[in-house]
Amino acid sequence: MASTEMTVSMTVNGKPITATIDPRTLLVQLLRENLRLTGTHVGCDTSQCGACVVHVNGQAIKSCTALALTLDGADVLTIEGLAPADGPLHPMQEAFRENHGLQCGFCTPGMIMTAVDIVRRKGHDLEDRTIREELEGNICRCTGYHNIVKAIAAGAKTMGGGAPTSQAAE
Amino acid sequence: MSGTGIGAAVRRKEDQRFITGKGQYTDDVARHGQAAIYFIRSPHAHAKIKKIDTSRTEKMPGVVGVFTGAQFAEDKLGNLICGWTVLSKDGSPMKMAPHAAIAAGKANHVGDAVAVVIADTLAQAKDAAEKVVVDYDVLPAVVDPMKATAKGAPLIHEAAPNNTIYNWHIGDADATNVALKNAKHVTTLEFVNNRLVPNAMEPRAAIAEYDAASGSLTLWNASQNPHVARLVISAFVGMAPENKLRVIAPDVGGGFGSKIFIYPEEVVCLWAARKLHRPVKWTCERSESFLTDAHGRDHVTRAQMAFDAEGKIIGLKVHTTANLGAYMSTFSSAVPTFLYATLLSGQYAIPHIYCEVDAVYTNTVPVDAYRGAGRPEATFVVERLVEVGARELGVSPADLRKKNFVKTFPYQTSVASLYDAGDYNASLQKALQIHDYKDFGKRKRESERHGKLRGIGFANYIEACGVAPSSLVGQLGAGVGLWESAEVRVNPTGSVELLTGCHQHGQGHETTFAQLVAERLGITIDQVNVVHGDTDKVQFGMGTYGSRSGAVGMSAVVKALDKVEAKAKKIAAHLMEAAESDLVFKDGKFTVAGTDKSLAWGEVALGAYVAHKFPTSEIEPGLKESAFYDPTNFTFPAGCHICEVEIDPETGHTEIMSWTAVDDFGTVINPMIVEGQVHGGVAQGVGQALLEHTVYDTNGQLVTGSYMDYAMPRADDLPSFKVDTTFTKCPSNPLGIKGCGEAGAIAAPAAVMNAITNAIGTEKIDMPATPQNIWATLQKMNRPQQAAA
Repeated sequence: MASTEMTVSMTVNGKPITATIDPRTLLVQLLRENLRLTGTHVGCDTSQCGACVVHVNGQAIKSCTALALTLDGADVLTIEGLAPADGPLHPMQEAFRENHGLQCGFCTPGMIMTAVDIVRRKGHDLEDRTIREELEGNICRCTGYHNIVKAIAAGAKTMGGGAPTSQAAE
Repeated sequence: MSGTGIGAAVRRKEDQRFITGKGQYTDDVARHGQAAIYFIRSPHAHAKIKKIDTSRTEKMPGVVGVFTGAQFAEDKLGNLICGWTVLSKDGSPMKMAPHAAIAAGKANHVGDAVAVVIADTLAQAKDAAEKVVVDYDVLPAVVDPMKATAKGAPLIHEAAPNNTIYNWHIGDADATNVALKNAKHVTTLEFVNNRLVPNAMEPRAAIAEYDAASGSLTLWNASQNPHVARLVISAFVGMAPENKLRVIAPDVGGGFGSKIFIYPEEVVCLWAARKLHRPVKWTCERSESFLTDAHGRDHVTRAQMAFDAEGKIIGLKVHTTANLGAYMSTFSSAVPTFLYATLLSGQYAIPHIYCEVDAVYTNTVPVDAYRGAGRPEATFVVERLVEVGARELGVSPADLRKKNFVKTFPYQTSVASLYDAGDYNASLQKALQIHDYKDFGKRKRESERHGKLRGIGFANYIEACGVAPSSLVGQLGAGVGLWESAEVRVNPTGSVELLTGCHQHGQGHETTFAQLVAERLGITIDQVNVVHGDTDKVQFGMGTYGSRSGAVGMSAVVKALDKVEAKAKKIAAHLMEAAESDLVFKDGKFTVAGTDKSLAWGEVALGAYVAHKFPTSEIEPGLKESAFYDPTNFTFPAGCHICEVEIDPETGHTEIMSWTAVDDFGTVINPMIVEGQVHGGVAQGVGQALLEHTVYDTNGQLVTGSYMDYAMPRADDLPSFKVDTTFTKCPSNPLGIKGCGEAGAIAAPAAVMNAITNAIGTEKIDMPATPQNIWATLQKMNRPQQAAA
């Protein structure tokens, strides 16, 4: 069926963008295919895995489940925009590396974007149980979550100005 | 270089790109002018394809090609193959049925590809695919391996009468039967080792591109072994000569075995790209991966363990039916045979073992290696039997294990394996202590006060990694050798490119392989680039699976480094005008012994390329060496995992209260990475035991075909783990490495089920022990209220 293309404008990682798209285009497709921001991944087709998590207007959402057209005027932040291009890493990115919170790296951008959102909602002093419950929407097949939980606890502390406490291997 | 050398918990070099979203997975690659391919798949488990009408796609926008299995067959390409020939008891070879990349004539499982549509965009390809009409004649299907060989069961392949692929056996049947007869006690168990879907988080993907100018094809593919993919697609499928086919496996988002195999989709992408003179891209959707990625496990087993009056194990008899699905996947035949039955001695001295394995076809997705591949199934047999044996004999499960451990090495098992080194009691004792086993009774009483059932279970696993001496696997039927290759290219400034035939998809090779080189040459890990995953860049290699990269891949690196150092030493001797025998190489410096004369590594490297100061008729300029390393034996990682659970009898919900893992992996290059491998492996094993289950209905429809139905372990299903190691050096390779990638997945299912059955007081429960399953089991036992205080 011939589709009528439509135009959408939004801010992505601080830059205004305008794209002409098939109305059924999902946000993740706009990011990956039109803008070539391939750090946001697609790991499932039922909105379960969380590999596609980005921030829209400051809140974490699954970009595989949002039609791009519905986000006209939105402010979108992806993993590529979390830290300045040539600047230091975001504390949560650093915490994932320091605590070996990733292996194959495929779920990692979604995990980090979710983690930053958990800190926004739950604060800087996170108990393991809280982190584990909050990760319900993010699946990792490699790490068994052990080091992801440590990384998020440590990253949350650093984001609050505290020194990270966790180390991956003592 | 102790800060980054062998044994240091170095942070990973590859993480920078992954945490910033700069990884390059296959789906992140975009080729100019690429088209999208969509596979039309059989909705029926078993059906004749009577007619495919593609005429209505002609006017659909963007469509550039629509092809069926008949067209694929016209091009006379070869079938996908299983590369390991297993013989039946009677000496006859396994019955491998043809497996075309696009089914022609008959579809044999739900998800079997019957046609493809290629269009400018994926949305257009999907729209057009809806206009393709496939006329099926639905046939009866069989999905249960125990019914596949029954009289009157639907025949899936003409080549395999009774749907039987092989009836294989190992060991001494008569001696084992005598042991069972003479036993003081025989423990018998019947169980299902549940079918799993590997579920690497990156779905499989492929992009194929044809270069008409050179007549060559390039394939980007989420693969664990790009050279093997190239070999099979070239030599067996006949797509292109090997030198006209380049396979690139870029960043790969997890494999767990599922990306070893050569699948129809990459073959079809290559075929279509050449036909259409356009790059063709395919990215698997998750629902599609449930229907097409090779599944794992799926055994039905009856096993008997014989004990004498002292509690010594005197015999083990096992019968397993293995479901291999609708086609034989690349290494499927070896998994329930040589990777399974050869480990049935566990950590124990068992004089007589006999195992029979019947492999069958069913109308289900093909089954092949999944993390552990045969060894989790073997550990489950042995460790469940030992644990239940201890319960039936009324002795401590730890003591019964200790009594039966292999204690002297090398030890020849009665199922072909030659254990080279280990100290099983050391792992057991350390695990008991870390776990605080002696206070388990106290904790159990505390749980009972809260109306909960508490249980504890062991798994003293052993596995075989570093597979294996090529001549040996050849005798066992493998179509390939299982050596590994490495090339060390030293640059004039002393930095290094290390080319390995292994492939990383989460294991951190860019760090650990660099640690090995850095320590040896006295340079920093940032001066070492690890190159892998591209057949045009790297010499032939066998890839990564079976926990082989450390034990086999790094051994090849050591061999290449030996050659590099030997040549560098010759050159250094000339540069310093000293005798080669007087030179010592340490911490990145060649020193003339007993003097303060020395040359740094970089100076020698530069000297090798400048080539002014040594006779080039005797010593070639340059510094680059390669090596192929063939293992001398399997390696045998082993350890003890203890799982402690608390079960709510009201809901059947299991909570893992604590997990202790003490593993002997031999030499550890990077403990941080090794611990991570254990965590991930245990999580997959816990997933198998508590959550994951692949369910087909009787018509062959996959009921658990998405993350809505197939329970993947989430963060709140798992505990934090206590992980430690013991050490015996592996004598079979230069670094003493045994391998760590699969251990957790091998140990965990048995440990969990031993703990759950200990808690609920019956052995009659299969995996996965979901809340519903446990609750129903407790109801059957009519004792749900017993735990309440």
